[in-house]
Amino acid sequence: IMCASAKYNTRGPALIPRMKTKHRIYYITLFSIVLLGLIATGMFQFWPHSIESSSDWTVEKRSVHDVPVVKLPADSPIPERGDLSCRMHTCFDVYRCGFNPKNKIKVYIYSLKKYVDEYGTSVSNTISREYNELLTAISDSEFYTDDVNRACLFVPSIDVLNQNALRIKETAQALAQLSRWDRGTNHLLFNMLPGGPPDYNTALDVPRDRALLAGGGFSTWTYRQGYDVSIPVYSSLSGEVDLPERGPGPRRYFILSSQMALHPEYRSELEALQAENGESVLILDKCTNLSDGVPAVRKRCHKNQVFDYPQVLQESTFCVVLRGARLGQAVLSDVLQAGCVPVIIADSYILPFSEVLDWKRASVVIPEEKMPEMYSILQSVPQRQIEEMQRQARWFWEAYFRSMKAIALATLQIINDRIYPYAAISYEEWNDPPAVKWSSVSNPLFLPLIPPQSQGFTAIVLTYDRVESLFRVITEVSKVPSLSKLLVVWNNQNKNPPEDSLWPKIRVPLKVVRTAENKLSNRFFPYDEIETEAVLAIDDDIIMLTSDELQFGYEVWREFPDRLVGYPGRLHLWDHEMNKWKYESEWTNEVSMVLTGAAFYHKYFNYLYTYKMPGDIKNWVDAHMNCEDIAMNFLVANVTGKSVIKVTPRKKFKCPECTAIDGLSLDQTHMVERSECINKFASVFGTMPLKVVEHRADPVLYKDDFPEKLKSFPNIGSL
Amino acid sequence: MQTRKKYIFLTFLASWLLLFFFGGDQLRRFSFFSGRKAEARRNWPHWTDRSLLESFADPEELQSDGDPLLPSPRERRAARLSVYKNSGCRMETCFDFSRCEKNGFKVFTYPRERDQPLSESYSKILASIERSRYYTPNPAEACLFILSIDTLDRDHLSGQYVRNVDEKIRGFPLWNGGRNHLIFNLYSGTWPNYTEDLGFDIGQAILAKASFYTENFRPGFDISIPLFSKDHPQRGGERGWLYQDSIPPKKKYLLVFKGKRYLTGIGSGTRNALHHIHNGKDIVSLTTCKHGKDWEKHKDTRCDKDNVDYEKFDYQELLHNSTFCIVPRGRRLGSFRFLEALQAACIPVLLSDGWELPFAEAIDWSKAAVVGNERLLLQIPSAVRCIHPERVLAFQQQTQFLWDAYFSSVDKIVHTTLEIIKDRLLPHRSRSRFLWNTLPGGLLALPDFSTHLGDFPFYYLQRGSSPSAKFTAFIRAVSPAGSLSQPILRLIQAVSRSQYCAQILVLWSCEKPPPPSGKWPQTTVPLTIIQGRGKLSDRFFPYAAIQTDAVLSLDEHTSLSTSEVDFAFVVWRSFPERIVGFPTRSHFWDPEQRRWGYTSKWTNEISIVLTAAAFYHRYYHSLFTEFLPAGLRELVDGLAACEDILMNVLVAAVTKLPPIKVTQRKQHKETVSQQVACKDGDAGSPPVGERSPSPPRSPPAKVKGTAGMAGGRRFSQQQDCLNQLADWFGYMPLVSSQLRLDPVLFKDQVSVLRKKYPRLEKP
Repeated sequence: IMCASAKYNTRGPALIPRMKTKHRIYYITLFSIVLLGLIATGMFQFWPHSIESSSDWTVEKRSVHDVPVVKLPADSPIPERGDLSCRMHTCFDVYRCGFNPKNKIKVYIYSLKKYVDEYGTSVSNTISREYNELLTAISDSEFYTDDVNRACLFVPSIDVLNQNALRIKETAQALAQLSRWDRGTNHLLFNMLPGGPPDYNTALDVPRDRALLAGGGFSTWTYRQGYDVSIPVYSSLSGEVDLPERGPGPRRYFILSSQMALHPEYRSELEALQAENGESVLILDKCTNLSDGVPAVRKRCHKNQVFDYPQVLQESTFCVVLRGARLGQAVLSDVLQAGCVPVIIADSYILPFSEVLDWKRASVVIPEEKMPEMYSILQSVPQRQIEEMQRQARWFWEAYFRSMKAIALATLQIINDRIYPYAAISYEEWNDPPAVKWSSVSNPLFLPLIPPQSQGFTAIVLTYDRVESLFRVITEVSKVPSLSKLLVVWNNQNKNPPEDSLWPKIRVPLKVVRTAENKLSNRFFPYDEIETEAVLAIDDDIIMLTSDELQFGYEVWREFPDRLVGYPGRLHLWDHEMNKWKYESEWTNEVSMVLTGAAFYHKYFNYLYTYKMPGDIKNWVDAHMNCEDIAMNFLVANVTGKSVIKVTPRKKFKCPECTAIDGLSLDQTHMVERSECINKFASVFGTMPLKVVEHRADPVLYKDDFPEKLKSFPNIGSL
Repeated sequence: MQTRKKYIFLTFLASWLLLFFFGGDQLRRFSFFSGRKAEARRNWPHWTDRSLLESFADPEELQSDGDPLLPSPRERRAARLSVYKNSGCRMETCFDFSRCEKNGFKVFTYPRERDQPLSESYSKILASIERSRYYTPNPAEACLFILSIDTLDRDHLSGQYVRNVDEKIRGFPLWNGGRNHLIFNLYSGTWPNYTEDLGFDIGQAILAKASFYTENFRPGFDISIPLFSKDHPQRGGERGWLYQDSIPPKKKYLLVFKGKRYLTGIGSGTRNALHHIHNGKDIVSLTTCKHGKDWEKHKDTRCDKDNVDYEKFDYQELLHNSTFCIVPRGRRLGSFRFLEALQAACIPVLLSDGWELPFAEAIDWSKAAVVGNERLLLQIPSAVRCIHPERVLAFQQQTQFLWDAYFSSVDKIVHTTLEIIKDRLLPHRSRSRFLWNTLPGGLLALPDFSTHLGDFPFYYLQRGSSPSAKFTAFIRAVSPAGSLSQPILRLIQAVSRSQYCAQILVLWSCEKPPPPSGKWPQTTVPLTIIQGRGKLSDRFFPYAAIQTDAVLSLDEHTSLSTSEVDFAFVVWRSFPERIVGFPTRSHFWDPEQRRWGYTSKWTNEISIVLTAAAFYHRYYHSLFTEFLPAGLRELVDGLAACEDILMNVLVAAVTKLPPIKVTQRKQHKETVSQQVACKDGDAGSPPVGERSPSPPRSPPAKVKGTAGMAGGRRFSQQQDCLNQLADWFGYMPLVSSQLRLDPVLFKDQVSVLRKKYPRLEKP
């Protein structure tokens, strides 16, 4: 504010005397200038923060050396040491985050300053390359806000990644004078190398009061669970070396140790392992006699053998990650990148992002005292699991280790998930590699429940104008004991359904729903009238199914409530000549689909069909007036990963007086169309979800030599 | 004129100024301004010299993080033992792993002293441990110790408070500063501030406590358990209340709470505010002031009206009919309400800041509960409204899974506690978070069997994989003498001809040595003889020789054709977690005798598939042998044909689903049970071909003569077996099925040439 009004004042008085001029145009010009000045002033007035930043931010082409210098008086306040009892509900101000529909926290970054002490000596390097990358990533992310008043989390631009590169007391003073510091509430510090000689604390020694710490190398004693975030120690090799992903499988060495400057005690234990197990264990160390110009960090040696680092990591199945002076080691990142399974030997170390990552899937943790048993422990890991761990390790690196951006965003996401837990990212999203996410299914009806028989089912009859046949279907279906409601979906907009009095009188409620448009998808709409879990979709000409057949279908559905349970089965086949899928309605030994002319399924799938059908399938089906049943088969198989259940011998829907539906089925063009549907859907789904099975469900005593009257379902129908 | 103009101009100017300064706030909202603002978002600058910036650490320094001046690792480990004691305890500093190395994870409970009364809950805890497979009566081989002093209620105002605990435990020679001890506690502290102090020094003991506050919780060491009432069942436990998955989750209420409102003291902050979110429609939040003796002293203006409203609703009714249930802190952090909501599939909305959630080391609560923030109570309604119906459905199902897997009985709570500790002993042989949070849950997925998910029958779909394409035939032979019976020879031939057969194992359960290898039929697949120990439970021992996922379990008298085996195996591949087999039995509740009945008659429902001819996953061998306590296996060894039932009960308890019957060629000849055993007769099993029909209501066991008597005895033993198992499990896990799986064209009026399994139809 001060800055803005000063501007106005210097320009204002100079303008007013000139007003005396008689030139009208000049007068008007001046007037507009004043007006503009006012507008500008007004704007500054209402965005006070921008005044501060205007000088710092707007200049695009600037060097870090040009940033403002802040002198810290020797007696400026120092924050309290970190409070070990801090938790989100005690030290974090959630009111700053607020409720918002996106469920995203807002993160503000302080502008960069150079801090010097009273004598002008700088407190630390202004900013490191990595910290700059990290802040850039935050600034480019969805979390970022430039409005300090709307921010929920504050990230100082003071670089504390490496504790040894800064002066502790002065850095703390610099933190304390941040404009919104307030004892460090809602401030987030990133540190990768904590502690220093002689005791190497496992958390940043800079007094930071209530600030959250994203630290690399926490121990269980310094990590405030649910408050701090454990992050990796970034390895600069990640960006420099391109290690292509290597297929999983056995590798040349079984165990590899690549760390330099290991404690001699660890090294002798490793060497003992090597002596015992020979060639399969490789212990590398720093090279002593490298020629000049070869970077020591890119080579490792064993006796006189020289190996390229980190490439050598790809030659081993397991790679040892031992603690050094600190618990967090940059080598972990290299090991993961190489797809080598890390063997973590660092007691009480909090693994990076352990709040969300399941490290048991990507690593083996061995207590330090068990080091001598390492070989036998690792040998007990099943080969197939090793392969998965290799893939998992590489995926962790790609998603959460490979760049400062990945580290920053994972950290913010973890904090975000704590503040909006009901919108949190799931375990699977954090941990499953893309290939697993793609191939796995998570069944939305995963709980093994056998729904109570008493609930019954709702029959939905889609009809257009075949009233006579419809009435017969209604009469027949109403004989099924477990029917609890009948819903007629009247798909004809040009004709009214028959009067109430004309409908057959049945023992269950009958409801007619009129639709706005004649669409096939109306049959799969999750009508509120459907109060049961089970839905029987039935065409208005299916009168051949016996009551026993339908009741049995319902009983089978109860045992498989997450599947489509239907009568005539169909099959998809791969046509090797045409190189595409083919629809098969012959009576084969296999089924992969059931017709929905009469099929039981869970109401949930109506919901999915209507709202979650991938791509344009739903519209496509409505436009072509065909294949809604195939679409439903695809949808259910895709979401559950399970096959359909075909019940009873029924092979086709045929009845003497029916119209040529079956004739149509046999029609060549019909078959071609159906095949096209399969190909179309397979390409939209990106996979062929249908599962082929060789079984069908019959009643336990079906066709057994047993008195028919004692069977539950004696009249199970014919082909 | 000039001055007038000047004044007009100045007034104009002033009005503009005023307009802008006071009306600016409105102007700011114009899209014109906000558009400009977005454009002008000030990001972190792109420094011109950003590529020249120095790295945060020198690469070499980063890769050689060592300090020769540091003490050796061994010294450091020794030093930390003295530093991190008591409140700083971690497994590596306060737990003696060496005690668990020799005998594995064994738990010892102190002998109970006669003058020492135990609360009902603590007796149940001790009983759970003593019934578990980890129990040992010998302290010398124990890894974990449990006190016989009741430490559940440490509220010194309570009647169950035990005095002088410190003195008592100091007198125990095994106490050893609490090392390797596990202490259970439900209530600590008392009015007014309910501290977490137990009133005695727990030293280095692991604390399994309800209402744990994160600050006092020693991560990776202590265990937070749920608060459970003294009526919580010892075993079995009621199932959850979710019977149907409805979408949208159409329950009457969205969010409910009914409970006490503390007028003063700890916890009153949250409870006092709860009435604010009540809307009388889909959100019902009712509080009463009535609690304690002197509530009227603190009574405020709301109390009278609240108390009246409170009585209008029934807690159980709310619980049954709401999608979300508020679970606020009480005086302590945890409450009974938590488990009640979980069982009711009413998604808990937790308002209990700082509560270390029960078993959070294993359980991912974000899948089953909404962890709210006490300070943001007023946001809760909008937050839960925004949760998508699909997610609500997933939440509801997860509450039921967790309830049933870890909380529904004291046994489950105690076993979960023990398994969490056991997992810490061998981190490389422990359960991943995935195992704990996916059906059937951590207690039923044994890491000792494998740590690889693909080795279990439960996770094929989640992993997008399928079970192995071959099976191992496992034949139990009990024929006497050194010769091979005709049935077993035929069986070996038939099975070995299956295209899916990888190998045949014969479990030779006779004292006489098996015939020499020359006597066995020549087969295309390897045939191995395993010498059994003559126990019935032998057949479910996890033999290392079984390498395929599928096991085809057979008795030597079983008669199967190759196509039956082929078809059944193909079916099993669709249902790898179930038992898929041929001859079946069923169970029923006999209301007259008030016990479970067992029948081998032809019925319309089946619930047991005999393991004399059945496919199942090899993991069930491990579960049978490792998971079930030795006592149960002894029971099976003592009763005829009980191992079948136990296996079926076990698989049903794991899957909650019925077994699958596949069609079998009918054998109409009455195969009279030959008494077949190398020992005294009971080891034999009945012939397993389908018997000829007997009408369901005729007396059981249509076999004649001595065989009939033996059959009758066996029948009653099976009934006993079933009832004892139901008692041990605490409920009847068996589930009935009304269907049988047949080949698609089975007995259809189509050409035999079309059929893939025509031989199944031949009489």
